Amino acid sequence: MSVWRRVLRALLLPTGMLAAGEIVMRVQGYAGDALSKPTDVIVALYRALADGTFARATAQTLASSFAGLALGTSLGLAVGLWFGLSFVARSLSAPTVEALRTVPAVALIPLSMLAFGFGVRMESSVVAFACIWPMLILTQAAVRQVEPRLLEVARMLQLPRSGRISKIIMPAAAPRIFVAFRISVGVALVVGITVEIAANPYGLGYLAVTSQQNLRPDLMLATILWIGLLGWGLNAALHGAQRRAFPLAPDRVAVPQQGTR
Amino acid sequence: MKRDPIPGNGSSASGATRLRVRFDRVGLDLGGRRIINELSFSLEAGEFVCVVGPSGCGKTSLLRLLAGLYQPDSGAILRDGKPIDGPSRDVAIVFQDYGRALLPWRTVAGNVSLALEAAGVPAKLRDGRIRSLLDQVGLGAHAAKFLNQLSGGMQQRLQIARCLAQEPALLLMDEPFGALDAMTRQALQDEVGAIAAQTGAAVLFITHDLDEAIYLGDRVLALVAGPVRGQSSLARELPVALPRPRDQLASREDPEYLRLRRELFELIRDERP
Repeated sequence: MSVWRRVLRALLLPTGMLAAGEIVMRVQGYAGDALSKPTDVIVALYRALADGTFARATAQTLASSFAGLALGTSLGLAVGLWFGLSFVARSLSAPTVEALRTVPAVALIPLSMLAFGFGVRMESSVVAFACIWPMLILTQAAVRQVEPRLLEVARMLQLPRSGRISKIIMPAAAPRIFVAFRISVGVALVVGITVEIAANPYGLGYLAVTSQQNLRPDLMLATILWIGLLGWGLNAALHGAQRRAFPLAPDRVAVPQQGTR
Repeated sequence: MKRDPIPGNGSSASGATRLRVRFDRVGLDLGGRRIINELSFSLEAGEFVCVVGPSGCGKTSLLRLLAGLYQPDSGAILRDGKPIDGPSRDVAIVFQDYGRALLPWRTVAGNVSLALEAAGVPAKLRDGRIRSLLDQVGLGAHAAKFLNQLSGGMQQRLQIARCLAQEPALLLMDEPFGALDAMTRQALQDEVGAIAAQTGAAVLFITHDLDEAIYLGDRVLALVAGPVRGQSSLARELPVALPRPRDQLASREDPEYLRLRRELFELIRDERP
């Protein structure tokens, strides 16, 4: 089957559903505040894209989310490596990590609002907290799952600790660590938008809330649609990067589904 | 019976000529069970010694003791008069599970390079060394390939090349050809025999296959399963008086070969409870 036929086939269901919604709403003469006709949503999407509303809000959301992502994943990576390599570090801190991990990231919004006020720092600190855990736990697991035979080879070659980490452990764990990063990107986006919906007066989350308060269901739905497209695009890009960077390790690395908390 | 290392064979022979390892009534317990008991034998540079015995007789443990990965619970293992207290870069192990012992993210050349990097060989000297090592094991044309492009036999050749890059004085081989098909196994047997003669390293070769042990070895050590205290793990030590170089057809029809084969078979059969 050609690519185009597959794309057409994939588009059949969503376009069918939208068309059905359009017809039902037109026949019934729906005029509520919660929903909007698909054609109105598409018009609102086009307008918000054309006049820069989405561009501005997307830039704000991505700036905060990615700042938090960078901070959280580097912390998670560093600590995960350390825990993976050191039994002592792991046993000393495992209970603390398990306890902290159960705190929902968005529950930290009041605290971080007190500390940072509104803005990028508040949002990215909450995102960072959420991104630490998938990275930490999956990196630690990846390090501990390095083929023991390879560590034996390293021992026979008398590789120093630094060489063992850089030449054996890191490259062996890299495919799994990348998967952890992919999960963290999803977490960052979800948590960032949640913070904007709950507290922070900017970005895509805030745009969705204000459209709802201004009785603009078309714009609200268009924002939701845009957020969905954004997440889908990011995930597809990361998938592509993963396949390119680790052609030898396809998705055979099993990943436990991580909640966003 | 002992082969002289070829003179002037560069650095690999010079380190190997002195080596002498002595097991003196060595005992080893693992998980509360006696694995090896009262084992005494010696091994010298240029010797090819094969170890046979049923599963669980401690063949691999013996190899790990020699590698410095285990320490004996009793007795002593002396290398040139000094106890082996840990791994050494001139002791190399060829593992049976070549697929797990190689780096899938590195090329064939990169895998050999690992041993040179570990030994601190300067980058500009590595390429030449890697090329000659790969030529030695017949992988010269495959330097840029990755593991998933190599057959099992080629992967095992690659592991052997990496071990040779360590310039081993002692080469330990743990059932290296157990996972290969018969044709590949025979080809590799001949190559390993030739390589051992060239480098002058002492070789300890573990195998399940009595024929392989006789064909390759200067001596064959037969171990017993689950030794009890007071009884040595070593059931017999058989010298193999077959002329070298050996030949897959002629050597296996030699009367001495057939006599040894019968002797070993009877020994193993008597060992069965």
